[in-house]
Amino acid sequence: MSDTHTTRTVGSAGEMADRAFVIGPGRDDRSSDGPKAKAHMLGIAVDRIVEFRVGHIRSNLTTEETARLADRLLIEPVGQWWVDRDGHQPEAGVIVVETGLRPGVTDREGAELVRAAAQFGLPIEAGAVAKRWFIEGQLSPAETELLIERVLHNDVIERWAYKALPPSHADQGAVDGTTAFITLTGLGYDGLVELSQQRRLGLTGDEMVVIQEWFGEQGREPTDAELEMLAQTWSEHCSHKTFRAVIETDDGEIDGLLKTYLRGATDAIDAPWVESAFVDNAGIVHFDDTYDLALKAETHNHPSALEPFGGANTGVGGVVRDILGVSAQPIAITDILCFGPEDLPPADVPEGVLHPQRIRSGVIAGVGDYGNKIGVPNIGGSILHDPSYTTTPLVFAGCIGLLPRGSNPTNAQAGDFIVVLGGAVGRDGVGGATFSSQSMTTDTADVAGSSVQIGDPVVEKGLIDLVLAAREMGLYTAITDCGAGGLSSAVGEMAEVLGAEVDLETVPRKYPGLAPWEVWLSEAQERMVLAVPDPGPLLELAKKWQVEAAVIGKFTGDGRLQVKTGGVNFIDLNTTFLHDGRPRLRLKASLADSPRLPRSEASEDEAMSAEEILLAILAHPSVRSNEEVIRTYDHEILGGTVIRPYGGVEQDGPADGTVIVPPGTATMGDVGPVAGAVVGIGSAILIGRHDCEAMAWAAVDEAVRNAVVGGADPDQLSLLDNFAWGNPTHPETLGQLVAACKGCHDAALAQGAPYVSGKDSLFNEFVVEDGAGGKTRDPVTPTLIITAVGITPDVDKVPATGVVSAGNDVWLIGPAAGNLGASYHDEVIGTDLGGPVPAPNPDAVGHHRQLFAAIRQGLVVSAHDLSDGGLAVAAAEWAFAGRLGLELQLEDSQVGADAIMFGEGPGRYLVEVAPDQQDRFASLVPAADRVGSVTDSGELQLTANGQDLRVGLESVGSAFKNTAITSEVGQ
Amino acid sequence: MTSMTPSVLIPIAPGTNRNAELAIAFEAAGAVTAQVPLEAIRTGETKLADHQILALPGGFSYGDALGAGRLLGLDLSGWFADQMNEAVEREMPIIGICNGFQALVKAGLLPGNQLASLTENNNGRFECRWVTLSPRSSRSVWTSELNEDLRCPIAHGEGRFVGDDAAQLVAADQVAFAYVDASGGPANGSYPANPNGSDVDIAGVTDASGLILGLMPHPEDHVFRRQDPLRARRNAEAGTGSCLGLFSAGVKAAAS
Repeated sequence: MSDTHTTRTVGSAGEMADRAFVIGPGRDDRSSDGPKAKAHMLGIAVDRIVEFRVGHIRSNLTTEETARLADRLLIEPVGQWWVDRDGHQPEAGVIVVETGLRPGVTDREGAELVRAAAQFGLPIEAGAVAKRWFIEGQLSPAETELLIERVLHNDVIERWAYKALPPSHADQGAVDGTTAFITLTGLGYDGLVELSQQRRLGLTGDEMVVIQEWFGEQGREPTDAELEMLAQTWSEHCSHKTFRAVIETDDGEIDGLLKTYLRGATDAIDAPWVESAFVDNAGIVHFDDTYDLALKAETHNHPSALEPFGGANTGVGGVVRDILGVSAQPIAITDILCFGPEDLPPADVPEGVLHPQRIRSGVIAGVGDYGNKIGVPNIGGSILHDPSYTTTPLVFAGCIGLLPRGSNPTNAQAGDFIVVLGGAVGRDGVGGATFSSQSMTTDTADVAGSSVQIGDPVVEKGLIDLVLAAREMGLYTAITDCGAGGLSSAVGEMAEVLGAEVDLETVPRKYPGLAPWEVWLSEAQERMVLAVPDPGPLLELAKKWQVEAAVIGKFTGDGRLQVKTGGVNFIDLNTTFLHDGRPRLRLKASLADSPRLPRSEASEDEAMSAEEILLAILAHPSVRSNEEVIRTYDHEILGGTVIRPYGGVEQDGPADGTVIVPPGTATMGDVGPVAGAVVGIGSAILIGRHDCEAMAWAAVDEAVRNAVVGGADPDQLSLLDNFAWGNPTHPETLGQLVAACKGCHDAALAQGAPYVSGKDSLFNEFVVEDGAGGKTRDPVTPTLIITAVGITPDVDKVPATGVVSAGNDVWLIGPAAGNLGASYHDEVIGTDLGGPVPAPNPDAVGHHRQLFAAIRQGLVVSAHDLSDGGLAVAAAEWAFAGRLGLELQLEDSQVGADAIMFGEGPGRYLVEVAPDQQDRFASLVPAADRVGSVTDSGELQLTANGQDLRVGLESVGSAFKNTAITSEVGQ
Repeated sequence: MTSMTPSVLIPIAPGTNRNAELAIAFEAAGAVTAQVPLEAIRTGETKLADHQILALPGGFSYGDALGAGRLLGLDLSGWFADQMNEAVEREMPIIGICNGFQALVKAGLLPGNQLASLTENNNGRFECRWVTLSPRSSRSVWTSELNEDLRCPIAHGEGRFVGDDAAQLVAADQVAFAYVDASGGPANGSYPANPNGSDVDIAGVTDASGLILGLMPHPEDHVFRRQDPLRARRNAEAGTGSCLGLFSAGVKAAAS
């Protein structure tokens, strides 16, 4: 097939021809996460895999001219070479495979090749890049194909061929699709449900009936575009119908989770620093007298399961765009990632699911790629592990923005033009919102393939520069981003009050062949929609920033949304029906109470020494160091980072809250106190297995603790909530969600910290049909992530990461012991020994305030919160970060030594204080007890009720940094 | 005009992203700055000749398509060749950091007298970590008066400096900065002191004239003390970061 391209004569100028260059030397990656290692994990005995790059050029240039282009554009002057693909043959027995992007998938390198060639004076028609693999080893054809499918390419966005693959630009030129009418008239309830399923609309029978009635009143059938637009607008992803549903419980009705619990807490707290909550793309809170922070945390789970790199990549792109959607400059990114066990035997990976390692490496690369390229520091997060994350990996991405107070215009007027900025429309990302709102099955990867996109951070970086410049010049009256649902959701939302007219033919597209509904609904990360009174200056500015811009219609004021193509409307909807026509969902929740058994003793087999337990917790995949991951993220860019995710002497000790000085908010130089924004993140998935209400309290407390160690004022915190849950139409699953929301509400109220934005991701479960008409559910473990964002008045007083000076005193804030129910102690011994899970402590809020008061006075040298694994783990991490020692003695006759060493609970901190500040500290922090001192022994010495725990920092380091003992610990 | 305030031109190509902190560093060093989209220079709206320093920031110009800094390098050696030549003749101090360094190398302006490249880190990954730099060249206007080691972060995936004959650059006093360990001892190629495997620990080079400096690490991210991750463990009384002097030297050279 490809031979027609490569064997053609390319010598004669004027004739359009393809030429393929192989670029060497090949890359023989032997790293632990390289292709060969992955092949071995699949049990494929491959000897060697070498990766070459291929550059494709289609032009009417001479052979000599394309060779010059290859010299200048495709290879490095030192150490690289190119050769025509026909001349690149391996030795006998080597299998040759090529992989490349499918036509239509974002190919920035191909586009840049075309641009650069033109600038170089040798214009070409098309360019593309691909990969060429030499595979050595005794492989059967089946093994080779398994290797290609599982390791070398992802079928969702790529294709492959033996020997030679045609360039991805080869088979374009399709004809535009047309609009179809969908017959609803005459369909009964079941017929409507079937239609919804067939088209993967995700609409319920009741919703379909309402749609049928509305179009009946209009006296016509809906177009495919109208039906898709309604499905997208009414989807779980966009309308949060579960969180707005009426919920029936045995204790009575709940009038919407969002309204009752989350917004309910925010309204009750009525915090003066909140500018806006739950209304726009992001919440907005005060930073100082001049500036506000915009806050948002998103989920991007379904796409990340299918195409980990692209899913995570666009997850970051999406949340950054949300921040830009309130006219704010993105200044920090966070990410929380949830994966299945890394050592899962390949045979145990269900069909249609990628191996956790493959997902992990793809997701991490995707998060890093987008953040690094867009130039926003990634300042924090964590990686959690649970068996349920194998089939439903989770990606939470958060972003903080900065904007001068009152600078986000939200007053579009009738007559304003609709301007779309950013990337052109393609088929990738069609149906993202509806797909994200349904459970995944073994065939989701095939059916929903087109829902996944590859991001283009360079385009989004240009958008940021352009939008901020336009904001300064006052060029627009409203702005929103094209999220899931593309123009449909963006224009649909903006036109909610006014109504709008759009001419689809003015929308820039990547290539022909798209149906009108696809253009209307395709999601691209890098696209914003603005309401603009006078487009001229904005279009001029866009040119300067090299961002594509087009006027596609205008706001009318008549309350109708009309979109036409070829002069004919293919969408004509009343915006009131579009936004308020959805019948409110009613759901049932069962609030099951599963009482905890009293705590029992560990059996002989389960017994581990305190030292073994400590090292096992430090090495647990959810606790151990992620420094290697964090180092692949730029956490320094913008120059504002003050407390990094890892700190201490060797920059390998875990910090709690991270701190940045937002760019432009501080005076030049180091005069006077400089304020910082602090981010703390909390979760408690082990507790969530038993008690979701207690999980919410624990997650809020952890987020607050982390923020306070970062120097944040606990009385000016704002919270973000992220839920990842299973299918809420199951009453017990919804019951857990209700419990979590109630806990969120009560904990926020106790803390006086309002929620300002959030995101729920439901239907995170994998459904397998057993072939006999039955189905097995594998719902995700209830996962709640709380992000607390606060302000520290003086970054110079923020406690250091890790202990600083031998001879200083160590104080413990909070009780000496914690709970062992649902603890990491029980997790590593492998048995639930029972006992109560950590309960809310009414004193915890006071502990946070007292520590902050001491930090404010400059009394706290360093601090670390007690979290997963309790006191022993916190002390070990803290001593390790400072490369010093600790000597601690604690007594509590009511409990065993294990509850002192490993018990977990709210409101607890370890604090380092200079001896001469002892009295001042004690009077500011009555909840603290002096429990020991910092030593230079290089050892953690902890005595609890007379029982000793002694561990050297070297053991701590090798466990925590996963260099020695993880394989013995296992899970 | 005897003492003027130099103006630093900071071009922003599509994908450039470390322009803002570079501007802050130069402003902290007493210059004024102009952050300008590259397109404005292309159209002639902004002219290099109206400024006294050219500073090429870090980032992923053109998405690093076809290799880091390559397409921006082509801009410099092609589209902007006349303006660049004129700037060199005018003895304008030029600095390129990270992606800006990659572009200067790929444009052939650095080291200037031998083929060189910045290529994939030895460990094959993008990496962000703090490093220690020893200023070496007495030839460079940027480094000749620096007498203490600098500390600042790297953030790159393609920062391994390879030259046709890197040792010759040492002999020619063209090594502006070398990676050293935390106590100032030679890195000798060992990770993480030399974070990417650069030939003879080269972190930055100067051209033969001493006016053009390129380096992979980010000195613009350590001009204030609060940026220092080790500030709690150091008793530095000075309020500035260790890299401010580098920018002050460039500003001084442009003003004289």
